[in-house]
Amino acid sequence: MTAAITALIAEDEPLLLKGLRADLAIQWPELGIAAEVADGHNALTQALACKPDICFLDIRMPGMTGLEVAQALAEDWPETLPFPLLVFVTAYDQYALQAFEAQAVDYLVKPVEPRRLAACVERLKSRLAERKPGGPLPQTLEQLRAILGSAPPGDVPPRLEVIQAGVGNMVHMVPIDDVVYFEAADKYVRVVTAEREHLIRMSLRELQPQLDPQRFWQIHRGTVVRTRAIATALRDESGKVYLTLKDRPERLTASRLYAHLFKGM
Amino acid sequence: MKSPALADFFARYPVRSPLVWLWHELRVGLVFCLIAAVFISTMFGDPFLGTLVYSLCIGMSIQFLIEAGRYGFSYRQRRRNLDAAAQSNWPGWAWMGPWSVAAALLGYYGGSAIADLLTGTQRTHNPSAGNLRALSLILMVSLAITLSAVYFFYSRGRLAAMQAMTEHAQRTAAEMQLKLLQSQLEPHMLFNTLANLRVLIGSDPARAQAMLDRLIAFLRAMLAASRSGSHALADEFERIGDYLSLMAVRMGPRLEVYLDLPAELRTQPVPPLLLQPLVENSIRHGLEPQVQGGRIEVAARREGDELVLTVRDTGVGLAATGAGGSRFGLQQVRDRLSTLFGPRATLTLELAADSKGGTLATIRLPTQEPAA
Repeated sequence: MTAAITALIAEDEPLLLKGLRADLAIQWPELGIAAEVADGHNALTQALACKPDICFLDIRMPGMTGLEVAQALAEDWPETLPFPLLVFVTAYDQYALQAFEAQAVDYLVKPVEPRRLAACVERLKSRLAERKPGGPLPQTLEQLRAILGSAPPGDVPPRLEVIQAGVGNMVHMVPIDDVVYFEAADKYVRVVTAEREHLIRMSLRELQPQLDPQRFWQIHRGTVVRTRAIATALRDESGKVYLTLKDRPERLTASRLYAHLFKGM
Repeated sequence: MKSPALADFFARYPVRSPLVWLWHELRVGLVFCLIAAVFISTMFGDPFLGTLVYSLCIGMSIQFLIEAGRYGFSYRQRRRNLDAAAQSNWPGWAWMGPWSVAAALLGYYGGSAIADLLTGTQRTHNPSAGNLRALSLILMVSLAITLSAVYFFYSRGRLAAMQAMTEHAQRTAAEMQLKLLQSQLEPHMLFNTLANLRVLIGSDPARAQAMLDRLIAFLRAMLAASRSGSHALADEFERIGDYLSLMAVRMGPRLEVYLDLPAELRTQPVPPLLLQPLVENSIRHGLEPQVQGGRIEVAARREGDELVLTVRDTGVGLAATGAGGSRFGLQQVRDRLSTLFGPRATLTLELAADSKGGTLATIRLPTQEPAA
């Protein structure tokens, strides 16, 4: 006997959460609701704890966006279990919707029409039947990469040449080419050079557009590394890639989403 | 590389075929040549067709020289400085006056020579050769025609430039209005509100009705506010209250609202929905991104002869938002204030000073004694 199918619903507006749960109860009574969460951080921790088969993710949520939750799940989901089917829910996010269309990813537009939800439920049921264990499939990763790469067009901020890291009354001027890697640390970013580390008060998400994508590669949702500081890349069976650095003893991990960057020529 | 003058030329006549374009450029010159030929053949009793050949050759040569000069001079001016006159391909009378005279003389002799070649006429048999008075008369006629033709093209060019300017201004104004309406009527807010309504209609019809009434009042105010005018501060607080009660339904217990309007300020006139972009910024960039939500306070007070309006939230604060999407809203408030009150009104945005954090927006504007 197979276990009951379960779902996680992440939606920050209480009435909409209640509404989606009620609509799903009508269209798919056998579906078990494993968790209901109202913010991005809880969505990630609950999904990793409950291991649902399906995640309904609102895009605009406090904490992390639905897309960031999807990225984190793709990076942290265990190898042995089938990756959950993702359904994004949004009221109006033009660029995200275009990306979903292009990648044939399931999404719902608020207010959710019953007919649209019925179609979504049918598709989910047929996809559940053909699912296999083993983390996110290559095509799922490909879809996520494409969606995460499709940022809305906006002002391109000027490139940073020097990182100004303040400590007390002093500001360290760190040339961008001295940085080995950046690592997200809650609301801060750790700036790691060959000799030392600095903390700057901004998120990695804000910092990244100011970095030259040729010189700095994102290798994990929390790590951006200067390409010329990488010595070797070693791939293990699970698809993760471990990087050794020229000027630092520690090893960095590139997640499944970014492992494709490291191929022999 | 295509020369800018040439590119400009083709930009002005984009889709026409070369023949149509040639006709368009030459038709006025052709009419002038025809008139000149009729005039001269009548005056001197020369055969009309022969005169027409001369007239056409001379007229076309003159037009070619003038146009070449016009584009040449404007191109030179444009390379030196971006002068407004050079933009419309008119280098100014200081250049074009003397050049027209030179073009008339050069065109007259050049055109005559071409016509001589075409008709096989010997130079000595030139119909006007021995006659100095006839020669000067013909020169005068060419010059007069040339100058009027130049004036004609000058006026036409100016008209086209003015039309282009008007069109551009109209387009910009329409774009601004669209942007204003779009910034006010944020689709994300609208569809989320409708989605909430959809759920409420099933579960709590009375509350759904109340929410719908708020939404209607808010939409009506939105559309009215794109027009100018003013309303009482009490009305402003009503509309802000509508918006915030919609947000309170959506955000549930995460949003706490506090409105403070002293009774003596209720009748103060303010531009409609002046506070709306500030309140929306507080929600969208301050409170919505914060997991635990927070509190928004909208208050009015009098300081001397100044009316002080404040919007304060306990959200994530200025630094974390990067102020990316909110700039248009703030700019809109600043623009409205400076149009209405000049330097006497200000908008400031700062981190709230107390321990609760968040952002504080302050508008100061002169109080007005409402008409009794």
